[in-house]
Amino acid sequence: MNNSSVTITIDGETVEVDVGRTILDGCRSAGVDTPTLCHGDNLTPSNVCRVCVVEVEGSRTLVPSCSRPAEEGMVVATDSERVRHSRKMVLEFLGSAVDVSQARDVDHDSDLSVWSDHYGADPTRYGDQVAKSSAPLKREDDLYVRDYDKCVLCYKCVEACGDDAQHTFAIAVSGRGFDAHISTEFDAALPDSACVYCGNCVAVCPTGALQFTTEFDLRKAADWRPEDQHVARTVCSYCGVGCNLELHVQDNTIVKVTSPSDHDVTSGMLCIKGRFGWQYVQPRF
Amino acid sequence: MWGSNAREAHPIFFHHLMKGLNNGAQMFAVDPRRTSSAKFADVWLGLEVGSDIALANTIGREIIDAGLVNTDFVAHSTAGFEQYKASVEAYTLERGEALTGVPSGAIRELAHSYARADRAQILWTLGITEHHNAVDNVFALCNLALLTGHIGRWGSGLVPLRGQNNVQGGGDMGALPNKLPGFQNVDDRDALGRFADVYGVDLNPVPGKHLTHMFEAMESGELTCAYIVGENPADSEANTSHVRKLLSELDCLIVQDIFLTRTAELADVVLPASVAWAESSGTVTSSERRVQRCHQAVEAPEGARDDIEILADLARRLGYDWGTTSPQELWDELRSLSPPHAGMSWERLEAEGGLQWPCPSTDHPGSPFLHGWLWEDDLAGRAPAPFTAVEAAGPLDRLTDEFPLRLTTGRALDSYNTGVLSGSFNSPIRYGDEIDVHPADAERLGIADGELVRVVSPRGAVDLGVRIQPDLVPGLTFTTFHFPELADSNLLTNDAYDARSGTSEFKAASIRIERIGDCDG
Amino acid sequence: MADLYISSDVASEGEMAAVAVVLGPDDDALVVEHERVVRGGTRRRHARRNLLLPALHALQNHAGWISPGGLNHVCERLQVPPAEAYGVATFYDLFRTTDPGNREAVTHVCVDGACQMSGANELLAELEAGGARVHASPCLGQCERAPATFVQGLAGPDLVPADSLPYTIPQQGDASLRLLRRIGVVDPTDIDSYRHNGGFAALERARELGPTELVQLVTDSGLSGRGGAAFPTGVKWAAVRAEVDTGRSAHVVANADESEPGTFKDRVLIENDPFSLVEALLIAGYATGATHGWIYIRGEYPLATARLEKAVAEARTGGLLGANALGEGHNFDITIRRGAGAYVCGEETALFNSIEGFRGEPRNKPPFPTTHGLFGEPTAINNPETLVNVLHLLTSGISEYRTQGTERSPATKLFCLSGAVLTPGLYEAPFGITLGELLEMAGGVRGDLRAVLMGGAAGSFVDRSFLDMALTLEDTQKRGTTLGSGVVMVFNTEDDIVAAVSRIAEFFRDESCGQCVPCRIGTQRQHEIVGAGVLDAKHIGLIDEMAAAMRDASICGLGHTASNAVQSAIRLGLIGAGK
Ligand SMILES: Cc1cc2nc3c(=O)[nH]c(=O)nc-3n(C[C@H](O)[C@H](O)[C@H](O)COP(=O)(O)O)c2cc1C
Ligand code: SF4
Ligand code: SF4
Ligand code: SF4
Ligand code: FES
Ligand code: FES
Repeated sequence: MNNSSVTITIDGETVEVDVGRTILDGCRSAGVDTPTLCHGDNLTPSNVCRVCVVEVEGSRTLVPSCSRPAEEGMVVATDSERVRHSRKMVLEFLGSAVDVSQARDVDHDSDLSVWSDHYGADPTRYGDQVAKSSAPLKREDDLYVRDYDKCVLCYKCVEACGDDAQHTFAIAVSGRGFDAHISTEFDAALPDSACVYCGNCVAVCPTGALQFTTEFDLRKAADWRPEDQHVARTVCSYCGVGCNLELHVQDNTIVKVTSPSDHDVTSGMLCIKGRFGWQYVQPRF
Repeated sequence: MWGSNAREAHPIFFHHLMKGLNNGAQMFAVDPRRTSSAKFADVWLGLEVGSDIALANTIGREIIDAGLVNTDFVAHSTAGFEQYKASVEAYTLERGEALTGVPSGAIRELAHSYARADRAQILWTLGITEHHNAVDNVFALCNLALLTGHIGRWGSGLVPLRGQNNVQGGGDMGALPNKLPGFQNVDDRDALGRFADVYGVDLNPVPGKHLTHMFEAMESGELTCAYIVGENPADSEANTSHVRKLLSELDCLIVQDIFLTRTAELADVVLPASVAWAESSGTVTSSERRVQRCHQAVEAPEGARDDIEILADLARRLGYDWGTTSPQELWDELRSLSPPHAGMSWERLEAEGGLQWPCPSTDHPGSPFLHGWLWEDDLAGRAPAPFTAVEAAGPLDRLTDEFPLRLTTGRALDSYNTGVLSGSFNSPIRYGDEIDVHPADAERLGIADGELVRVVSPRGAVDLGVRIQPDLVPGLTFTTFHFPELADSNLLTNDAYDARSGTSEFKAASIRIERIGDCDG
Repeated sequence: MADLYISSDVASEGEMAAVAVVLGPDDDALVVEHERVVRGGTRRRHARRNLLLPALHALQNHAGWISPGGLNHVCERLQVPPAEAYGVATFYDLFRTTDPGNREAVTHVCVDGACQMSGANELLAELEAGGARVHASPCLGQCERAPATFVQGLAGPDLVPADSLPYTIPQQGDASLRLLRRIGVVDPTDIDSYRHNGGFAALERARELGPTELVQLVTDSGLSGRGGAAFPTGVKWAAVRAEVDTGRSAHVVANADESEPGTFKDRVLIENDPFSLVEALLIAGYATGATHGWIYIRGEYPLATARLEKAVAEARTGGLLGANALGEGHNFDITIRRGAGAYVCGEETALFNSIEGFRGEPRNKPPFPTTHGLFGEPTAINNPETLVNVLHLLTSGISEYRTQGTERSPATKLFCLSGAVLTPGLYEAPFGITLGELLEMAGGVRGDLRAVLMGGAAGSFVDRSFLDMALTLEDTQKRGTTLGSGVVMVFNTEDDIVAAVSRIAEFFRDESCGQCVPCRIGTQRQHEIVGAGVLDAKHIGLIDEMAAAMRDASICGLGHTASNAVQSAIRLGLIGAGK
């Protein structure tokens, strides 16, 4: 141990974690698989989904591993009965209220359903009379489709649009409790809002509630085939900032543009030109 | 931030800047317009178009006058301070206010904040460089950094933001009239000799011409053939009607491009190229001297070929066989000839996600900033950095009774230069090239928001829609130039240019606005 | 800091004038100093953001809703992005963001526990049939005078109809009282009357002791928080003091949000003895070294707010607040902020967000308020009853203070008795009094005792087998219940207890901030199951499973406690299988 790291115990294993890093970081270096949903390595933890909770000795309640900094001597359990139960319930609650068919654990690059199966979540237990989120599909422009029936309210889009990156604040959480939802002011259409179409909200959305039209249309046509896609890393062709792009290509056609979240220049964020300006390579209209 | 609207022109750079603001950094925005970037500033100083040197010199004088000069740094690392001091003597706060329009209190505040800051940067873009005296403008800002020592250290410095993804790389690779790759001079016999050895041919030691000089040479009949690769001067240069005439009068015009641009339409031969960053592989170099790799993502359409292939083929027809020309082979050749790139192996570029030159050896981590040598005891054996005294000179287009309004130009977030590329997608936030007019001017001229008006400069006239814009100062108008097919804004701009940089004065034209109803009737 | 995009809707003259009253006539988030010089920036915006909530109050009061034009105007003046401001406006129950279509005051009728059992729903229906604009409200903090109403004014003050009646507490005039001693004796609108009744003696004593000894005294007294969590007050103050000693600026906050169903003690205290809170907050500021005092009072307390505003103004005039108020170099002033109808804003970190002009969403802890509280600065936040305890501690000394109560629960406690007792009202009694004795103090149970809700909606039900339970922190904990904020809501056999439990489940559903999944969806599912009325073993198992996750994985106390009452009702057989 030294001044720049702390030693903690995770499931009986001793792990060194850099000062300021989280329990989740410790889990990762210890090779302990931990589900996440609202976490993104390029965003401030909102710690709201609670699927990553762990048990920390001495703490009355469970602790969100994604946001809690590791402290010297912490004793962490990630697979106790309490942990498994809460994770199961969180996944079950979400499944009972939201369309999670496209939800992903982005950190693991896996479907969320992998975890639901793992913990035995059964959203049907609440019956079919229960309230679900019901919002009309929003297709207000040629670039985005917003389908808030899939929204788990992870706050990631709000953070990306707000002070974690874009500082445009076009969208925020409005309403309260079960009725809380993502909205512009007075639910104005996106083109009539502050939105600048950087696509950063779409890029961080883990559920498919926000999608690029290109992806949405292919999915709708049942022609979205990730297994047939390859990703080429290149550099944006516009201004001199040098943002790295990942071009997702299916059938020799660019279907989506993202940026690596661990890249120094972009932290995964792009502007409208980098995000959508590729279309001159293959004009779509 | 001086003469730059990075919020729209360099958005992801601006993300980094906003992180700084969130951490407590102070921001001053110097710009004739209260741009979307300026709206993030603690203080916006709306100087008169083209009064940048007057402002910089006033700031310099105030720093000297208030005893805020970093005297150790000036003594150790710079030369010519006394001349500089004498040159700015006349720029009192009062005179600065008179020349720039900015109240002296705000100028003083900027001078003091800049000089007193632990770390400070001056960032600029085309607001500084698209002027007839662009190089002087840059010197005026450099002088401020030298006065205060805000250079060559982490977090400080002078930051010109490059407008295109590889304009830095182009220069680094010798795409300048007087340079070889790695900024070696064309007339440096030793350097030229090394290139000649590797290339196996004799090389011409006479510097070439700037773009703007080339147009002059066309005009005088000296230049009769042009081979244009990936540029669209028929739309992008100032005073476009003149440019188009010159291009169409050439004996031979060859254009290599991915589009049939307006320039290509004038060409005798068009060589269709593939899209460099998506249909072929290679490197580009960003504004911060970061060399990064591009990877081919998709196959180019039938007939479009990689630029390298086209050039190699052309060479072959001309009797030179370059053999295989893979991007990696060319890169390794460059590394052998350009010392700042020597350490950037193809594998490192891939593994480390890019490297910033100078990177002279494979164990060198690259250089996040330049000019650290200014802080070394022996200045790394170099000569001290010189101050360059410069005098204010307003825009060439003077305001007259005939042309009483100032027009300046700029870029919009979702669009890019002449719009050839950015026009390909349907941006929900796009508005066309309109002319922004201050409410007071609009009222005086009796024009309404959305009205179509005729904008007349000494060089041409264009019809544009009006957008009433309170973020301007009275007397100033603004337009973008992204939609030449709709409205040729560059017909209005001044093609007078800086002899040293070759950049035209896009930023300052004088105009008048006519109501279309009035002139028709 | 943001790109402000303001739609074309504009505010009416009236809206602008109403906003100007709270924001002042000039804009200082953005100052146009000259045609060519504009000042703005991050710091200015941050400094003004906390005026968002008062500005929204002004709009709501002026027009009966927050119109797009009004919101735009506030956003421009404070440089707040409209989407964020809308998110804030839609968070609160007292704000409307759709045009009500008419211009009338709204009568809020409490439909929680005590009022529910006293015909609140009938009253609501009756008023509505009479053409009034009505709104079913959670507990209005007037449970002793159920069914309670509150009239949200339009372009005029809010009012509570019952406030026009003379108010007495059952123990009025009892000289042995500590916290309620002045009630009914002192003129709550007059600082001199307060002084004549022993006011400001504690402050004087505090300044004789000096901050260090004062903090020690509070620690030694064993005083613990009366807001519900019973955290030792001295420990909190000492922690803030330590931060101030490192040079940080700090805050003290009085948490008068009082929205726990069944609770009305802080209202009675503030309405009738407002200067005591001002004095106590001054003492807290002195002890901790804080320079800013805040009182966050729930929006449905117009009388308490008015009295407090007057008290603060008089204290300021009298030189008790302002520059050097707490000694050379120790400035101290008090700002009052009104809530706008959100139970969760009583949670301390949600309260900070609410004051700061953000949605009242609780923050994850740690970090704790003592290091990262209001505006990210060290903050000591206490319930008014907690604070007022310090007055008696200082004037009578620690040994006298500890003569009542027990070792772990020293001194006295305020109990809010409501429901089926003969004399509902606020009572002060020493810790250790039994539940049975307390009910007797209130004249005994009206009818046959069925159950008592202890500690409010976040507390739990007990039955007659608990009558011998001593009301201390330790005994209630041992018996699996809580004192919470002092709620003792009594139900007799006539009451529809199933409806009461269902209403509690609904209360949590309505009041969850919606941030975290276990609480947002868990409270919804719990209400669906409990509200359906049929509870078989499978349902009960599910409720227990949900409760475990809410208790373990929610962010804040609301989620942690949302199942307490429901589970206790099942255990006692008040609802479900046993019923
Ligand atoms: C949902 C919720 C609501 C709360 N409401 C109040 C309240 O209205 N008044 C109060 O003093 N404490 C309330 N609290 C407790 C506060 O978070 C905090 O513990 C208290 O203000 C600290 O003061 P004390 O130590 O003097 O009790 C509430 C807690 C939760 C979780
Ligand atoms: S839209 Fe997507 S990113 Fe935004 S809150 Fe919902 S799930 Fe999260
Ligand atoms: S994504 Fe935007 S900021 Fe980044 S390089 Fe491209 S144009 Fe520039
Ligand atoms: S427990 Fe409930 S009220 Fe508390 S933060 Fe979570 S959702 Fe909000
Ligand atoms: S991933 Fe940690 S709370 Fe959501
Ligand atoms: S006011 Fe109705 S229960 Fe409290």
